[in-house]
Amino acid sequence: MKRKSTIPSITVKFVALAALVILWTQMPTIISGAVSLGLLWGIMVLGVFITYRVLDIADLTVEGTITFGASIAAQMITSGQSPALATAAAFGGGLLAGLVTGILHTKLRIPALLSGILTLTGLYSINLRVMGRPNMPLLPFKVSSVFTPLNDALEPLSRTFPELAKKGYLSGLSSVIVGVGCLIVIGILLYWFFGTEIGSAVRATGNNPNMIRAQGVNTSVMIILGLMISNGLVGFAGALIAQYQTFSDINMGQGSIVIGLASLIIGEVLFGTRSFRNTLISVILGAVTYRVIIALVIKFGLNANDLKLFVAATVTFALTLPQMQTYARTVIKSLKRPRKAGEPNA
Amino acid sequence: MLDAKDVVKIFNHGTINEKTALRGVSLHLKEGEFVSVIGGNGAGKSTLLSAIAGVYGVDSGNISIDDRDVTRLPEHRRAKYIGRVFQDPMMGTAANMEIEENLALAARRGQLRGLKWGVTASERAEYRDKLRRLDLGLENRLTSKVGLLSGGQRQALTLLMATLRKPKLLLLDEHTAALDPKTAAKVLELSEELIHENNLTTMMVTHNMRDAIAHGDRLIMMYDGKIIIDVEGETKRNLTAKQLLDKFEELSGSSEADGNLLLG
Repeated sequence: MKRKSTIPSITVKFVALAALVILWTQMPTIISGAVSLGLLWGIMVLGVFITYRVLDIADLTVEGTITFGASIAAQMITSGQSPALATAAAFGGGLLAGLVTGILHTKLRIPALLSGILTLTGLYSINLRVMGRPNMPLLPFKVSSVFTPLNDALEPLSRTFPELAKKGYLSGLSSVIVGVGCLIVIGILLYWFFGTEIGSAVRATGNNPNMIRAQGVNTSVMIILGLMISNGLVGFAGALIAQYQTFSDINMGQGSIVIGLASLIIGEVLFGTRSFRNTLISVILGAVTYRVIIALVIKFGLNANDLKLFVAATVTFALTLPQMQTYARTVIKSLKRPRKAGEPNA
Repeated sequence: MLDAKDVVKIFNHGTINEKTALRGVSLHLKEGEFVSVIGGNGAGKSTLLSAIAGVYGVDSGNISIDDRDVTRLPEHRRAKYIGRVFQDPMMGTAANMEIEENLALAARRGQLRGLKWGVTASERAEYRDKLRRLDLGLENRLTSKVGLLSGGQRQALTLLMATLRKPKLLLLDEHTAALDPKTAAKVLELSEELIHENNLTTMMVTHNMRDAIAHGDRLIMMYDGKIIIDVEGETKRNLTAKQLLDKFEELSGSSEADGNLLLG
């Protein structure tokens, strides 16, 4: 998507960062919580970006995959496996979910939207099987997560600055560090992959399948590959989210595709899509922005039950923004156009 | 080079919309031969090209390229042998990708793609040289998105892409039909240049009788899913539009050619 922007995206980023810092000094716990969640969900949004923007497919598998990743991680961690291994397994589970949707879509010729719905419906039962129940808490087991070692390492910090810790300025530090670390590594890997010969072929498949088939690329394989990478990331994000919120729940994926799209569009509109690298960063920042906005509207009195309606309305608005801009421009143009001689008045 | 034997293609087999597009077409192309294919709407010329390219399977008959039977090969596996330019300038390039990325995708046609970087520095220099020859100013816009180019520029780029890795067979499917006359002439001239320079075996489908007569060393006319006229050598060189029309009326018993074929 190309947008003409008069404000350089670097300025927008600076303003957004300044706003974030000001908000953080006012309500540190809420903002650091929102940023942590935003960063972890940002990994999922990168997955959504791959299907929705690169492959040009709205992949609903995401809703099942995020729970699948969370369930795998919760089950493995509570049965004594290492959190890192559990998180890696969740990535593997996501790859598999993507493979299933990919085969349904390309080999069995089921429309992409329906393929995703079929996989996510099947995953519901699988997730219940994996966890053995609808909700699996991690906390009562006193088990560790990928955040535990960092929490331990940061422990002395709150002892040194007890005042700061008490006001909440040190909360969520470990999850922010893990989130940023994961996003940097994943971002670099994605940037690299989509620059390679295979990655370029995946991008071309989403852009013009006819053209790339004529260049000898099997588009089915490229679509399957893209769906696998996307869902792998979503499963990975699910595992991290479960460890962050200390539980996995059968319904935690509900509405995640809308969250993904909201973050994606907010990121693109606010922070630009100049280049592939720029878009990756924008999309991640969009995920954080989305979480901060949600945290603020709840803080300022939106009933949490109305949240989904609010999000759906916001996404609808964001999706129609380009059309409205075009409409507004034609209206302005027609107003500005000087009336020609002989043309009737008004 | 290219051998098509009794190729039959029926669309919507067994339904009320059944349409036999190719009724047993046989065609042999010699190495380096440049054939222009002409015919009215629904004559089967584009279907023939698509069948050769493998866009869809044929109902019966065989197609082989360079003595290799490709009848059952899917489109993407035949791409190794075939360079293509389409009627729609949007179809041959990826609009959201850069000019150099499009060229690099085409440079790897039919090759195994790996995890090497998609565009290398040495390629870039080569592309710049080749684009300079198109004389469209594209050599300085390697990283521009193809979507920003005009139809003519995109078609010239597609032509370059189709020939970047020398194809065994070049298929041009009415590739100038969507362009304005001046641009069409330029693209056609460029096609001629690339074909002669690389000695490419070529099939060029066209609606335009003048173009078909002026270009290529052989002319085929299709009518109702069959080849009804096939001239080459001296006869082709001396062919006039009038002769072609007369012959068409004589063979088909119809005068629809006047309306259907452009004299340009």
